[in-house]
Amino acid sequence: MELIEKANQEAIRRMLSADPILIDVLYAKDVMPNLKDKMVLHAGPPISWDRMCGPMKGAIAGIAVFEGWASNLEEAFKIAAGGEITFDSNHHHDAVGPMTGITTRSQPILVVENLVAGNRSYCAINEGLGKVMRFGGNDSEVLERLTWIRDVLGPSMGKALRELGGLELKPLIARGLSMGDEMHQRNVACSGSVLRALAGAMAKTAHNFKSLSEALTFIGSNDQFHLNIAMAMGKSIMDPVCDIEGSSVVTAMARNGTDFGIRVSGTGDEWFTAPVEMPEGLYFAGFTEADANPDMGDSTIIETIGLGGFAMGAAPAVAGFVGAGAASDAANYTRLMGEICVSANPEWTIPALDYLGVPTGIDVRLVVDTGIAPTINTGIAHREPGLGQVGAGVVRAPLACFEKAVRRLAEKLGVK
Amino acid sequence: MAKKKNKNTNLLGKPLKILNIGLEKFSKELKEDKTPVTQLDWKPPAGGDRELAKLLSKLGI
Repeated sequence: MELIEKANQEAIRRMLSADPILIDVLYAKDVMPNLKDKMVLHAGPPISWDRMCGPMKGAIAGIAVFEGWASNLEEAFKIAAGGEITFDSNHHHDAVGPMTGITTRSQPILVVENLVAGNRSYCAINEGLGKVMRFGGNDSEVLERLTWIRDVLGPSMGKALRELGGLELKPLIARGLSMGDEMHQRNVACSGSVLRALAGAMAKTAHNFKSLSEALTFIGSNDQFHLNIAMAMGKSIMDPVCDIEGSSVVTAMARNGTDFGIRVSGTGDEWFTAPVEMPEGLYFAGFTEADANPDMGDSTIIETIGLGGFAMGAAPAVAGFVGAGAASDAANYTRLMGEICVSANPEWTIPALDYLGVPTGIDVRLVVDTGIAPTINTGIAHREPGLGQVGAGVVRAPLACFEKAVRRLAEKLGVK
Repeated sequence: MAKKKNKNTNLLGKPLKILNIGLEKFSKELKEDKTPVTQLDWKPPAGGDRELAKLLSKLGI
């Protein structure tokens, strides 16, 4: 159908011409006008408290204490269940968040601007691995770290980015792909590159060397530090692709731990949802599949722009980490994802695949026709509130979301 | 140990070259019998849902 092909070419043009820059770190309350007091933004499509999974509820209770809405976790669970806190999707506020994806007014937020389209996107700063709020952690250790990120790390990064005039992200990703990252479960190279880019400016703008040392050590010891930057970048690339009449390109994939939701360019801001699936993966010592929560997080924006599971061929080391098979299998994932995409990205290439561009522009029609569901590399949270990460794995997006989207797109185009 | 011989031959008496489409079980059995077989990963369009496949064809697939 010519209208769809033209619309998809326009979608690809907007994706490939995007110029995302990490420009600042600012408090959410200063950049997200519709984020109100006693409001929590979460990952995935909208969901009510009674349908939320354990780690999501645990993270919300933790953030309620962090924000001062409750004096302890018990009280926090009560006010959340009692309707005192309102909930909304990050995606409805130009934002994304990994795993539980909790965003509130006091948090410092990474600000990425897409210079070509002029839009801005947001994501909170990565807290590290293990017992952290994005995996449902909520004890004093988690809250103290969030306080330090709010008071020390966030302002320090903001000053450094303003001093630098921003950090270009497209070349950073290109370099990361050639250094073995896929930017979802492996961000080792990109996190190192971010530290290298920021360290000088952070030192130049620092007033307290102990705080500077702590900030640099934190970034340098967190292999996933770059994940949240990549996510804000992904959102800034995909938002200008929304609402192209007739386009069947996916603009967002996101999970709240209960539902998996997708959005498609030609159907605007409508969510198409289905129950989330359970990741298949490897577990940290002492944990098994019985401890795992179903799939969760906005981090699938990474796959939506052709990275993560779609760029597995660039990161053979991650195949073993997420239990996706042998390192030599990694290329097959990238080739398979190419079957459901409209194009490939000539600027983000994979050296080991003879500089093949990462698959770009997931077409809901191709997903449904082939039955090939997008492959997602993901972390796995404990199913109970407060316990944090227990492993990492691979999960497939549920085909039902894509079938619903195809039917709705057809309806909008008057095709029966 | 001597290799098991490929007993599957065609009418001309030459070894068969087999391409199996779809269900992998058939290719596994042939492999166990030491018959060379290439497995093609294939599914019917739209998972066999005729109404959805028809819709997709109208949408340009």
